[in-house]
Amino acid sequence: MRTARIVMPKTAKKGEIIDIKTLITHPMETGYRRDDVGAAIARDIIGQLRVTYAGTEVFRMTMFPGVAANPFAAFTTIATATGEFVFTWTGENGEGHVERTTLTVA
Amino acid sequence: MQRRQVIALGLKAAATVALLPLLPYAASATDAQMADAMKQVLGAMVPKSGRVTIDIPPLAENGNSVPVTVIVESPMTAVDHVKTIYLFSPVNPAPDVAHFHLGPRSGRARVQTSIRLANTQNLHAVAVMSDGSAWMQTAEVIVTLSACVDAG
Repeated sequence: MRTARIVMPKTAKKGEIIDIKTLITHPMETGYRRDDVGAAIARDIIGQLRVTYAGTEVFRMTMFPGVAANPFAAFTTIATATGEFVFTWTGENGEGHVERTTLTVA
Repeated sequence: MQRRQVIALGLKAAATVALLPLLPYAASATDAQMADAMKQVLGAMVPKSGRVTIDIPPLAENGNSVPVTVIVESPMTAVDHVKTIYLFSPVNPAPDVAHFHLGPRSGRARVQTSIRLANTQNLHAVAVMSDGSAWMQTAEVIVTLSACVDAG
């Protein structure tokens, strides 16, 4: 079970550029490290964060092992109309995590 | 060959051997791998210098998590916007770090994340625009404690 945090305004004026910050708890295990007895630690990476706004993709990030543990991403989008934001993190091993939040546009 | 040349050669060889054990344990990307990674996303395009700004601390005490912001000069309109921002590391074991896909609805071409840095290096950020042009900027970061070390 992952914990994800989204920081963004609840309301915005039409046409306003809003800042969105996201973070999810995840080790982003690179696959390059070895444990105490020298065995390779298996790679476990969140490969993608996709953000849709009222059904349309507004941001997508592809991540590699070079992204730090507990991947953080911040970006902007234009407030167009009241709608739902869906944040989907997808792991390379198939795991997924979804967060939803609604922006009210006055 | 004169005697002093022979001595100089010997010293150079000794210096090379002495440096070898200092190389990092985790293999870093070779120049060829770096060129390959960039070619894969850019094709034959050669990015021009400019329009991209990398905001990263010049000295990172801990390479496990270094905050980085990339800003690209662009009006971000339907006809002229940033399509993708790529982050490349020439020293990490894998050159690809992150790709950010944007569009006219982004409003601003400004993204932020936290990355791992295996060692002191020149981080590369490349922005591909909607008109097909590519722009690049590099930023030097000195890393005192590298990422990828065990017992982390």
